[in-house]
Amino acid sequence: MGMIRQQIRPTLMLVLMMTLITGGIYPLTVTGFAQVLFPYQAGGSLIEHRGQVVGSRLIGQAFRDPGAFWGRLSATAPFPYQAAASSGSNYGPLNPNLLAAARARVEALRGADPTNTAPIPIDLVTASGSGLDPHISPAAAAYQVARVARSRGLDEAVVRQLVATHTQGRGCGLLGEPVVNVLALNIALENLAGEEETSLAP
Amino acid sequence: MTTMTYLRIGVFLAALLLLVRPVGWYMAKIYQDEPAGLNRLFAPAEWLIYRGCGVRADEEMHWTTYALVILLVNAVGGLVLLLLLLLQGVLPLNPQHLAGLRPDTAFNVATSFVTNTNWQNYSGEVTMSYFSQMAGLTVQNFLSAATGMAVLVALTRGIARRSASTIGNAWADLTRGVLYILLPLAFVLALALISEGVVQTFAPYPTARLLETTTDADGHLVTEQVIALGPAASQIAIKQLGTNGGGFFNTNSAHPLENPTAFSNFLEGLAILLIPAALCITFGILVGDPRQGWALLAAMLLVFGPLLLAAVVAEQQGNPHLAALGADIAASEGQPGGNMEGKETRFGITDSALWATVTTAASNGSVNAMHDSFTPLGGLVPLFLMLLGEVIFGGVGSGLYGLLIFAIVAVFVAGLMVGRTPEYLGKKVEAFEMKMASIAILIPPAFVLIGTAAAIITPVGLDGLQDPGAHGLSEVLYAFASCANNNGSAFAGLSSDSLFYNLVGGVAMVAGRFGVALPVLAIAGSLAAKRRCLPGRARYPPTRRFLWRCWWGWCSSSGRSPSFRCWRLVPSQNI
Repeated sequence: MGMIRQQIRPTLMLVLMMTLITGGIYPLTVTGFAQVLFPYQAGGSLIEHRGQVVGSRLIGQAFRDPGAFWGRLSATAPFPYQAAASSGSNYGPLNPNLLAAARARVEALRGADPTNTAPIPIDLVTASGSGLDPHISPAAAAYQVARVARSRGLDEAVVRQLVATHTQGRGCGLLGEPVVNVLALNIALENLAGEEETSLAP
Repeated sequence: MTTMTYLRIGVFLAALLLLVRPVGWYMAKIYQDEPAGLNRLFAPAEWLIYRGCGVRADEEMHWTTYALVILLVNAVGGLVLLLLLLLQGVLPLNPQHLAGLRPDTAFNVATSFVTNTNWQNYSGEVTMSYFSQMAGLTVQNFLSAATGMAVLVALTRGIARRSASTIGNAWADLTRGVLYILLPLAFVLALALISEGVVQTFAPYPTARLLETTTDADGHLVTEQVIALGPAASQIAIKQLGTNGGGFFNTNSAHPLENPTAFSNFLEGLAILLIPAALCITFGILVGDPRQGWALLAAMLLVFGPLLLAAVVAEQQGNPHLAALGADIAASEGQPGGNMEGKETRFGITDSALWATVTTAASNGSVNAMHDSFTPLGGLVPLFLMLLGEVIFGGVGSGLYGLLIFAIVAVFVAGLMVGRTPEYLGKKVEAFEMKMASIAILIPPAFVLIGTAAAIITPVGLDGLQDPGAHGLSEVLYAFASCANNNGSAFAGLSSDSLFYNLVGGVAMVAGRFGVALPVLAIAGSLAAKRRCLPGRARYPPTRRFLWRCWWGWCSSSGRSPSFRCWRLVPSQNI
């Protein structure tokens, strides 16, 4: 017991000082450097559109309008892409709910674009791990080009070009997968429409 | 499996192997208290800590004192964390006004972070204030990692010393691990992650006006999106480096603000394996035979490689039920294909399967894809790696001391079989070491079995299951495999924030951590007291062919037939 009592004070002091160093000085120093060197990233990569915060470059949003590109399914509650409570579906591969969600997505995509009978890229019918995935694959974007162009009354080539400019290749040509940022692409579509409205005005 | 897949895995492993030697050498210097740059720079801080604690860093400790200090620091650290979590509501830096945690949840979180498990039974962004994340969880990320490394270094000293009664000073080992190894690495990694888009701010959650409105489950119109932020990068850096794994946000490293790009994913994955792998080199240097370190690392990679390929292949196969609905699951230039449920587009199949293998080979447990949604064989790989006892890389320190225990058992069994005195690195392995090794090896699986059995025969246990059928059993087995082996990843469909899982899981985590660490320290003390045998023909000294024996020992201990054909691979002049 004497041995334990002897070590109590040093223990308390060590925990206290480690809390100050690793729980105080360390995160505050990192925050300081971050705010000076990378304020945009450290603040959440927020995007403004027409003077208002409309989201983050890194956080997806739900789209159901045929004139917009749709993203991954999102399993967050109580609404999709709830960015204050990330969540995957966690459904096992045989879970009936998984198959039901995929079936509903397939029907929605086919319903919005009945002439397109191509197989649907898998990322469009599955939920992402975070429920906030901002990206889809280039194949998933290509699948939707015709529908978006038709409902917006745009030339398919224009939309395809827009997708191409919003496609990001693999990191260093090697890491990860090529992706298309859905929110950025849809904002670009909106801007395109805005410019045309302006140019059409007398 | 495309060329790109092989190339990416190759680059990852090459980067790791390039880093292990310098980092391993640096850590050896630190624990030997020799000049290595940073320890001269931060020496005043170290001196201040010893002064404040009233301890002497050069005072050698018997293994019992060493173990007592380790236990006390962990116990007090756990109590402080428990109090912080319970009182969160009245503490500062809580812009979302989050209330204190329920006592059973707080108990589970505290044990989980103290034991380096970081089993997340809570959702970070809706449960934890910035203060709890910083001053509570981050601190234990550092301390639990330093604890694992300290126990390993103590065991190493036990092997290296001759006829000694002491195994080092626990205060010095803990302090140096944090100040000179973990803090500098974490600082650099945190800034690199922020440059990629990981958040680091104390601002409250901003609200964004949605481009297109949506509806919630009750049909109400939703026009805004609240985006959770926080001082995440500083915590994520140490969560990976210290093989902790507890995420800042609920979905851990799948969350785009925690792991935004393929490059951040590469860095975080590398950070998980860096210290556990480099400690092999440190070990080799400290026992005076660097080849031993490389042999241990090679043994780890031999198990790791095939399992990694198995995970990638299984996940790339995809889910045939989704293909039947009209989905295209074939990989092509434009899409990753495969089983994308629970995976992020930017990581695709390869980086998700690579991460799953890395995070469960090491006892990290952070995830960048939802393991619960993996294909059956893809999900088996993480489960298998955890059930091996977290010794293929494993936790910082704890992985290597776990593997050394297996090596001691392998040497003992092999020595008996060929009728020679079993001996490891010049130290005789005798009854006491074998008893302690048996305890260390048997405790985690015992708690996996008891915990799983308790969960599936009680209604409170079964209530937590999400998926029907056999997959539900996997969820429970995975949970206890993860807790008792201090990994912390989950088949997250299981609702584990209930009184039952919080208490039983908490007990399993403590048993799995200290039920191994204490016997290891006892072995360290016992080995230190022994003389070093001179290598002779009458003994069984593992030499440069140690790798094969390690591999063989692993084969036999995991229930495969101990094949003499494998044994014969060892050239006879080395026996």
